[in-house]
Amino acid sequence: MSLRTPLGRVLGKGSAGDGVGHWWVQRVTAVALIPLTAWFAIALLGKPLHSYEAMRGWLGQPWVAVFTILLAVTLAWHSWLGVQVVVEDYVHAKGTKTALLLLSTFLHFAAAVAAVFAVMILAVS
Amino acid sequence: MNQRPLSPHLGVYKFAYTMALSIMHRVTGVANTVGFLVFAWWLMALASGPGSYAAAMGCLSTSIAKLLLVGFTFSFVYHFCNGIRHMVWDTGRGLERAQARRSGVAVIVAALLITTVIVWLGCAALARGAP
Repeated sequence: MSLRTPLGRVLGKGSAGDGVGHWWVQRVTAVALIPLTAWFAIALLGKPLHSYEAMRGWLGQPWVAVFTILLAVTLAWHSWLGVQVVVEDYVHAKGTKTALLLLSTFLHFAAAVAAVFAVMILAVS
Repeated sequence: MNQRPLSPHLGVYKFAYTMALSIMHRVTGVANTVGFLVFAWWLMALASGPGSYAAAMGCLSTSIAKLLLVGFTFSFVYHFCNGIRHMVWDTGRGLERAQARRSGVAVIVAALLITTVIVWLGCAALARGAP
C-alpha cells in the first residue's frame, strides 16, 4: 500500500518537495560546460595573455563575446548549485548554513553579472 | 558503552582510493568556484582599461599566483574528467567495482597529462607579449 497521495504521485516532487530539478540542471549545465570550457581554454592558451590590445580585441568579437557570456552564466549556475549541495551536506548549524547559502548566492550572481557586463563593455566599445 | 548496532558511517569502511576520488570531486568543485570568481574579476579588469588589466596580470604573474594557477588547472581538469565519469554513471554504466576503479585511474592519469600540457602551453601564452 502506498501512502502517497494521487496528487503527490502525479507531481513527482518526492519528500524534499522539489523533485529532480536541482539534479537535472546540474547535469544540463555540466554537459554545456564540456564544449564551452574546452573551447575557452584552448583559445585562451593561444593568445598573448599580457597584451591588453590583443585580449580586448579577441573577447570583443561578437561570437567570442556571446560564447564567453554563455560560459560565464553556465559556470555561475553550475557552481551555485554545487556549492549549495556542499553547504547543505556539511554545515548543520542552521544559522551558519543559511548565511553561507546567502553568501554563495550573492557572490555567484554578482560574479555572473560582472562577467557578462565586462564582456558587453568589451564587445560594444 | 553500549553495543547497539550503528548505521554504517564513512569511518567503518576499509579505505579505497575511489573514496578519495569521490571527495576530490567536491573539493575541486569548490576550488573551481574560486577560479570562477577570479575569472569574473579578470574580465572586469580587462573591461576597466589597460592600467587595471596590467595590474591584474601583475597579480596573476607572481610566484604564489602561478603556483595557485597550476593547482587550479589540475583542479579544473580533474573536475572536468571526473564529471564525465559521473555522467557515464548517470546512464547506469560503469558502476561495477572493478570498472569504477579502472575509470578512476583513467581520470587521474588523464587529469595529470592534460594539466601538464595546459601548464606548458600556459607558460608559452604568458611569455608572449610579457612586459
